[in-house]
Amino acid sequence: MLSRVADSLFWLSRYLERAESVANLVSVNLQLVLDLPTEQGKHYSKDWSPIIAGLGEEEVFRESHRRYDARTVAESLVFDREMPNSVLGSLAAARENARTVREQITLEMWEQINRTYLWICSRQAHEQFECNDWEFFQRLMKSLQLFQGIVGMMMVRETGWEFLQMGKFLERADKVTRLLDEQFHLFREEKTVQENEADTHRWPEYLSWEEWHAEDRQRIDGSHHCWMAVLQCCHARAAYQRLYPSVVQPVKVTELLLLNERFPRSMLFSVSRVERALRRVNGSEDGRFTNRAEKYSGQLASELRFSSIADLFESGLHDKMDEFQIKINRIGEAIREDCIFPPLSAMAEVE
Amino acid sequence: MEAKTANRKRNHFRAYKLERFFDEVMAGRDKFRSHYRNLVERLASLSRQDLTERQQLADNSFRNQGVTFTVYSDEAGTEKIFPFDLLPRIIPVAEWRHIEQGLIQRITALNLFLHDIYHNQKILKDKVIPRTYVEQAKHFRREFMGFKVPKDIYVHICGIDLVRDETGRYLVLEDNARCPSGVSYLLGNRLILKRVFPGLFENYRVRPVEQYPSRLLELLRYVSPGGKLDPSVAVLTPGRYNSAYYEHSFLAREMGVEIVEGRDLVVRNDHVYMRTTQGLKMVDVLYRRIDDDFLDPTVFRKDSVLGVPGIVAAYRAGHVSLVNAIGTGVVDDKVMYYFVPRMIKYYLDQDPVLPNVPTYLANEKADLGYIMDHLPELVVKEVNEAGGNGMLIGPAATQEEVERFRRLIRSRPRDYIAQPTLNLSRHPCFIDGKLEGRHIDLRPYILYGDKVSIIPGGLTRVALKKGSLVVNSSQGGGSKDTWVLED
Repeated sequence: MLSRVADSLFWLSRYLERAESVANLVSVNLQLVLDLPTEQGKHYSKDWSPIIAGLGEEEVFRESHRRYDARTVAESLVFDREMPNSVLGSLAAARENARTVREQITLEMWEQINRTYLWICSRQAHEQFECNDWEFFQRLMKSLQLFQGIVGMMMVRETGWEFLQMGKFLERADKVTRLLDEQFHLFREEKTVQENEADTHRWPEYLSWEEWHAEDRQRIDGSHHCWMAVLQCCHARAAYQRLYPSVVQPVKVTELLLLNERFPRSMLFSVSRVERALRRVNGSEDGRFTNRAEKYSGQLASELRFSSIADLFESGLHDKMDEFQIKINRIGEAIREDCIFPPLSAMAEVE
Repeated sequence: MEAKTANRKRNHFRAYKLERFFDEVMAGRDKFRSHYRNLVERLASLSRQDLTERQQLADNSFRNQGVTFTVYSDEAGTEKIFPFDLLPRIIPVAEWRHIEQGLIQRITALNLFLHDIYHNQKILKDKVIPRTYVEQAKHFRREFMGFKVPKDIYVHICGIDLVRDETGRYLVLEDNARCPSGVSYLLGNRLILKRVFPGLFENYRVRPVEQYPSRLLELLRYVSPGGKLDPSVAVLTPGRYNSAYYEHSFLAREMGVEIVEGRDLVVRNDHVYMRTTQGLKMVDVLYRRIDDDFLDPTVFRKDSVLGVPGIVAAYRAGHVSLVNAIGTGVVDDKVMYYFVPRMIKYYLDQDPVLPNVPTYLANEKADLGYIMDHLPELVVKEVNEAGGNGMLIGPAATQEEVERFRRLIRSRPRDYIAQPTLNLSRHPCFIDGKLEGRHIDLRPYILYGDKVSIIPGGLTRVALKKGSLVVNSSQGGGSKDTWVLED
């Protein structure tokens, strides 16, 4: 496969996943405002800066002197083309990438991306967002899910497919870690309102596993909605209820989202899929590696496979999430350098 | 609903104005040409509302499929759909045979001419065409003198523009022998019309067009270097910002070959390779949609970032075939166009089946006098421009524009030709809910391989602006599906 084509497929898929996860994040949080007790909800809707920080979009906000209230943040994250992480920005980028590989993907795939993009640019879409955001997001989600359905149904399982998988699952792994990290931040915000300032030293990232676990029960009530929202952001509510027939416990939620091998939105599942796609492209055996991308993704998958949730808390969850994000970035770089654009000097002629 | 409307006959042509032009559909007031009768009948069963809905359906289909072109001057919405008119243009079989014959004759002569001027230059030695015109032509590639191209074919793909005058006679307006575009719109038009208006096809047997990509692939494989079997073929595009990018990717997909940009290719030991995830893969044939000038920064324009350094050396070594060949641009020079009837006579000893539009060369003393005396009546064209650029339409121009061209022609006579302003034929188009006549032309696509194959019909371009004679998409032109009927 042409290097440029592989690159476009990888990013097209990554941007679509990003559009979906950001849309879901905004949608779930808008619902959360409604679910929280009045005072808490009011407070919460005043400040969505952690969401902006979690996505690394502070700069655009700072420069344009925008406020951080729920409505402004939500609207920016959906419609602001200048923000690389916004839904529209991601869809535009996905479409540009799709356009350059239009001959590589099926007509239906291209048309679905194009339709979704044209729709979100339309005035009707904006009006729907204004008057009923839930319906707006429903429609957007369905459009994006339809794309995944079309891909699954029509695309030949060869190199191009594997690059789509890599892009999608690498982005998903990254977004799960960011979501959890941000959730711990939100947690802090919540505590400062509910309890007193003295408690702020006990933000989750500083808590040890034992402390966190011990407090779990009492946290449940206060944070129930927030953790429920985390599950929803990952479309994980049904999975959680199936696997953990109990009330929503932060530890269990974290375990499901990081370590479950069978849940398609978990970090382990995602990293394993990246690893598998890489192996299929190069035809390399399990348990070995032929390039850095295979090595790093194999290492990360193994780390997750051979860790319990308690192990991950050892150094504090915030630090762990940071570490994961660095590792995920490293995989992305290695994919680019070793698998998409291998250096010309190392290139042999193929038949 | 359908049944109810079908009973009522509507005359959509009641307010239709014929004026002084050749009309493709009507031979006179209430007199429809016989090949259009079924179509007119069918339209009579539909209301204005029905037609409007179908037009919208068609527009949406184009938009959703992203069948668009890029307008360079327009900053905001750089993507536009190519406006599509619902009513097809119909060409009866006898008329088409005549056109086909003329096109085959013309492309054959063009290829013989190109081979001649890049080898023995017999036509110049015999003084049929003045030598200086060829040697001064901007796109004449002296450095390819004596170079042998595969199967001696220079122009593989040609889009020869035809128009009809007041009497309905077909004339050749220009030869596009470099990278003619538009064939994807032709195929798209047919696809969409079938989808939104299947009823129109009911009483006609329309010759299919969808075989074009596979014919094109056959042609590309036919001219592989040294007749190599099972060659690797790719489409070379300037990139996604090019106005015809949609077409490049469309053709690549339909042929099942890669589409590559300059940066995807590397040249090693005079062979061309694609950069793939698995290593370097050799390319044998490139359907290049990049002009000569931008092909290789080490040979032609140094500032080209679109090209591939070393590709010309690989071409010279006979390791890669380029379609069309390097150097065909010389026949796109509008001065060369003037001489095509002479080429036909010289090489084939025939009279042209499809005549040229009368043309005056500003570089010839006698012609220059005529041009200067009649400038406000004439159309003046710059010899190396395309797409309706660098053009004066005398009758529509202001005094200042006419004078500006007068100065331009005097200072650079070699660069200008003039033609009478043509009364292009008109075809009814569905405009704002009613039928109005608009000027049209026809660009058939000719493939020259082991035999000549012409896609039945071509792209009918429409000057959608009222009274306009300019059909180019960059200047408000649209298009129509074009039907050639079976025997």
